[in-house]
Amino acid sequence: MATVKLTDVRKSYGSVEVIRGVNIDIEDGEFVVFVGPSGCGKSTLLRMISGLEDITAGTIEIDGRVVNDLPPKERGIAMVFQTYAIFPHMTVRENVAFGLTINRTPRAEKERKVQEAARILQMEHLLDRRPSQLSGGQRQRVAIGRAIVRDPKVFLFDEPLSNLDAALRMDMRMEIGKLHQKLAATMIYVTHDQVEAMTLADKIVVLKDGKVMQVGAPMELYHEPANLFVAGFLGAPSMNFIEVVVESVRGGEARVSNEALDPIVVSTRGRPFADGDHAILGVRPQYLRPVEDAAGKLHGIISLTERLGSETIVEVALKDGKPLIAALSEDRVYATGTRIGFDFDVGKAQLFPREA
Amino acid sequence: MASINPANHGLRLAVRYAVLSIIAVVFLFPLVFMIMSSFKPDLQLLQDTGSLRAFLPVGDLSFENYREAFERAPVWTFVKNSIIVTGLTVALSLFFCSLAAFSFAFLNWHGRDTVLAVILATLIVPFETIAIPLLLLVSKLPWLGMDGIEWGWLNTYRVQIIPWVADGLTIFLFVQYFKDLPHELVEAARVEGASWWQIYSRVVMPLAGPVLATAAILKFLVMYNQYLWPLIVVQEESYRPVMVGLQYFFQLNTAWGEVMAYLTLITVPVLIFYLALQRAFIASIASTGVKG
Ligand SMILES: Nc1ncnc2c1ncn2[C@@H]1O[C@H](COP(=O)(O)OP(=O)(O)OP(=O)(O)O)[C@@H](O)[C@H]1O
Ligand SMILES: [Mg+2]
Repeated sequence: MATVKLTDVRKSYGSVEVIRGVNIDIEDGEFVVFVGPSGCGKSTLLRMISGLEDITAGTIEIDGRVVNDLPPKERGIAMVFQTYAIFPHMTVRENVAFGLTINRTPRAEKERKVQEAARILQMEHLLDRRPSQLSGGQRQRVAIGRAIVRDPKVFLFDEPLSNLDAALRMDMRMEIGKLHQKLAATMIYVTHDQVEAMTLADKIVVLKDGKVMQVGAPMELYHEPANLFVAGFLGAPSMNFIEVVVESVRGGEARVSNEALDPIVVSTRGRPFADGDHAILGVRPQYLRPVEDAAGKLHGIISLTERLGSETIVEVALKDGKPLIAALSEDRVYATGTRIGFDFDVGKAQLFPREA
Repeated sequence: MASINPANHGLRLAVRYAVLSIIAVVFLFPLVFMIMSSFKPDLQLLQDTGSLRAFLPVGDLSFENYREAFERAPVWTFVKNSIIVTGLTVALSLFFCSLAAFSFAFLNWHGRDTVLAVILATLIVPFETIAIPLLLLVSKLPWLGMDGIEWGWLNTYRVQIIPWVADGLTIFLFVQYFKDLPHELVEAARVEGASWWQIYSRVVMPLAGPVLATAAILKFLVMYNQYLWPLIVVQEESYRPVMVGLQYFFQLNTAWGEVMAYLTLITVPVLIFYLALQRAFIASIASTGVKG
């Protein structure tokens, strides 16, 4: 069990800087998820922590010790790969025991640990099989088993579930969650699936173009995103961004409006705005409530309805022609082409400066 | 493919078998000719070559050619020498070339790609151009033997083996194969604490079966067919390989029956070796696209 600390970590490939000064503090036993769009550097960052990739600048500490120049095997980490990376010529038992065999663990202890891992992952009956005789989910279990038996200080997962189908992914996601509770180990988990991030994480690190956009607990990021990118990245359907004009700013509150939006007063959350600024109002689709057209704050015409059973997604063309998505909790058919108004809790709306 | 017309299907199958049979026959004829001829006296052998009889066990058959071949040349010595030289070279070559390729494929070091390029460039240098400089070199090299240092490698097994252990083609085959292996396997092994040697011996080589078979067969053919090099570096009969031994049968008047008997004998180890590796070889051709 250990802490992990990244200080101004950078990585360049030739002249291209792909990790651009990352600072992250991970506490003992924490489950941290790195999320971000493809190519933002999640894997690179994880591989730098593992030691598979060397770092161009900055320091990485594991358990208070700088590991910049240590090879992977001396960092006390275990890693689970997206492609499982289990050895095809070995049985499941040999795969799980690989690290123990390498460091010459006595036979009895090795067998005990393998059995223990197999029990935790419910794969005792698979131990004598070969990887080719396993399903994707079972292979990933083997890879996790191989990580568990060595009692690493830190577990690293690089998109471990993205090669699995949707149903299996959910099962395995829950199992990884349980595993974290059971082992109480520090885990770093890379994914671009925001559901995995929201459900598993104690702390989410949102990355974009090699930079940290925001770090925080899942609900903190969901309710109080620090910027437009995080606001748009987390939550499904993603947050509505409505272009507004700031009419006036007073005492931490701004009065904003546009063609389709009656003037409202929202908190600036300390962000600087001036009268006449163009800004972005963020409203989650879930916060919109349908009301009589005349009564709502936003007005438009329904262009599409999708009924998912648990909720109904309604796409509306606002008066200024911009689309608006609402996620309504009731299962109801809204006729395309009818006028509709929406109300929302102003306290939950976010006001962002328009990005330059 | 709504419905398969049985007659049509049968016809297609027949054509396919006919084509395959022709190919098989074309490849087998020389072998059959060689084996049949080895049992015939010279006069009949020469008469038969004009007709199909050349491929049939007809006429005056005997083991006479074999008896005479053994009288003319120490056949078993040559076969033994070839097996020793070929076997050791193949084994050493697989080991050292795969190690070199491992380094090219998985390790990062300065100048790696340049060195690999140079090694690949040696593929276009014909052996004949370096034969004489190499001869001068090996004739002066030291060797630590039973009674201290000796100078010069001529008339030994090692002079037939060591210069042939490392070669660009074998290294290239391994490098290609290693680069196609999933890189995560090596990374997983590193994270698990394996040393480079352990990664080589426990992860990479156990997965290298197909390329090992390909490289082994290519090397075997090169080594078993060695002629020029042993001809110039070995003067003592006791170290001569089979192809050099063929000279014994082309003196004054060639006894073709004996030649055929000798060739039949020295083909046996090739067949045994090939059959042993056949399955692995076919798998490797299918997976690497390399043809022997
Ligand atoms: N060996 C390399 N050489 C050059 N550029 C690289 C190398 N490896 C990664 N990159 C670049 O670094 C950036 C980050 O890559 P990385 O694999 O970390 O992304 P990622 O966030 O894991 O994406 P994904 O979700 O697709 O896995 C990418 O732009 C990629 O092109
Ligand atoms: Mg990645």
